[in-house]
Amino acid sequence: MTDLASPRPTPQRPYVAVPVATPAAVSPNAAPVTVGAERIAVHHLDAFYGATRSVRDVNIAFHDGTVTAIIGPSGCGKSTLLRCLNRMHETIPGARTEGEVLLDGHDIYARGANPIQVRRRIGMVFQRPTPFPTMSIRDNVAAGFKGLGGDVPSRRELDEIVERSLQRAALWDEVKDRLKDSAIGLSGGQQQRLCIARALATNPRVLLLDEPTASLDPISTQRVEELVYELRGSVTVVIVTHNMQQAARVSNRTAFMLAGELVEVAPTSALFTTPKDPRTEAYITGRFG
Amino acid sequence: MSAPATVRPPRASGTQRAAAQRTARSLGRRRAVNVIMLGVMYVAALVAVLPLIFILWHLAREGASSISLDFFTKMPKPVGEAGGGMGNAIAGTLVLLGIASAIGLPIGIGAGLYLAEQRTARLATAVRFLSDVLNGLPSIVMGIFAWQFLVRPIGHFSAAAGGIALGAMMIPLVTRTTEEMIRLVPVSLREAALALGYTRWRTSLSIVLRTALPGIVTGALVAVARIAGETAPLLFTAFGNQFWSLSLDQPVSALPLQIFSYAISPYDEWHRLAWAGALVLIALVLIISLISRLVTRSRLGGGGD
Repeated sequence: MTDLASPRPTPQRPYVAVPVATPAAVSPNAAPVTVGAERIAVHHLDAFYGATRSVRDVNIAFHDGTVTAIIGPSGCGKSTLLRCLNRMHETIPGARTEGEVLLDGHDIYARGANPIQVRRRIGMVFQRPTPFPTMSIRDNVAAGFKGLGGDVPSRRELDEIVERSLQRAALWDEVKDRLKDSAIGLSGGQQQRLCIARALATNPRVLLLDEPTASLDPISTQRVEELVYELRGSVTVVIVTHNMQQAARVSNRTAFMLAGELVEVAPTSALFTTPKDPRTEAYITGRFG
Repeated sequence: MSAPATVRPPRASGTQRAAAQRTARSLGRRRAVNVIMLGVMYVAALVAVLPLIFILWHLAREGASSISLDFFTKMPKPVGEAGGGMGNAIAGTLVLLGIASAIGLPIGIGAGLYLAEQRTARLATAVRFLSDVLNGLPSIVMGIFAWQFLVRPIGHFSAAAGGIALGAMMIPLVTRTTEEMIRLVPVSLREAALALGYTRWRTSLSIVLRTALPGIVTGALVAVARIAGETAPLLFTAFGNQFWSLSLDQPVSALPLQIFSYAISPYDEWHRLAWAGALVLIALVLIISLISRLVTRSRLGGGGD
């Protein structure tokens, strides 16, 4: 926390702390991030638990090729906002939303929009690793294809998808010899990367991460952060985090939420060095939260 | 306020000494209480399993001598003839357990899944309460009901009526254990499946039910073991049969029934057979319990599919 009191000037460098990243791997990421098309646009979103309004009139856009971090104190509605983006919020009894969330221009809350279809196009990873305990490592990664109906990939295609997804999640080398073993035998950090591989397998355009390192040790955290950093080229990433340093390390844009409201959203370096809103400044300098 | 500095250290050490003595005394007392309570719990644990040990020992002493291959394969002999077995009763018990499981397991597991998924629905609350009431229903009452609605309209006792009566007793047992086991599956697992684009019913069946399966199997086996020894509902339904019969619409013998009728008979030979029957019945229940234990252990051991 201490180094945040004096904001670091350039948090947007490639992930230098990780020796694994070879120059070749870094170079595409090191190029100035070109902000792509608007992938998700949120207009006047409110989210409720019963009568409690946890997200208040939020407007924000998430662009291709960027990692957007959502920070804020506990209970500020950041996880709720994230869960509204793939209609997971409504799975809680009594929860509902108002407003629009456009995914590729189409409102996912429109009448007739199918939450199942929405969730298939948006991957999600949770606070705690959630491997399916009855399935092998391979079957866990392939789980998103089960029960799709119709165009289920063949066994060989599935094997390729599993390998590619595990490689993208930087887990392949550790598990390639035990794909048939239970996923429960993996360490916490490996389980979380397995969940990321599972979310990536169906090739979603958006990846939602809900405090993905909250239950991990520092080394596993570093690996997951490195992974998030590398994913920015191919997937639109939205990451909720308690940890401001993490937001600074992995994201291009950072959104600060407080009491259900979106206070400020800006390029990460700008938000941490020259916040416009006094509440943001108070939070990032550690005056509360 | 400002007492001389020289007075303070000795006074402080005096109170310290007193505190240390108090601590030592209370530590001794706590140790004594600990030893006594541990002893009480050991005794309670021993007393808890004492009846089972006594029953097993007694059954083995009285019944083991009558157990041979004949006991499992042969029919009962008329009074006065030596030998004979309970082959028909053992087969009858298996038939009754089969019918009861075919009825009790699907309905019980389905109801349990419903209760776990819709935990706050008004119907679920009612079903849960009624299941608990049904769980406590005396088995003789179940027997009378089965007789009134299954035996009387048809006009004769039958294996089917007995199986249905036992199945009805299984339903609430299986319902409640299924619900408990499904509730043990973390919500996060359900959310992970939903976030992957699973439909709700698919999440329930292929993730939640699948994860809870070892527990549900254990619960089902325990329920089978529970009803295997039921006698009262069978008195009015399966009735018992001295002959070999596996026909569902005919009276059928069962181990508890055979034990009952032999035990109240005046013949020593039949008494010995009753003891042997009781031994076989308890062995059956023990085996089922052991299997359920193995199923639970394999879950803890992990292992993929």
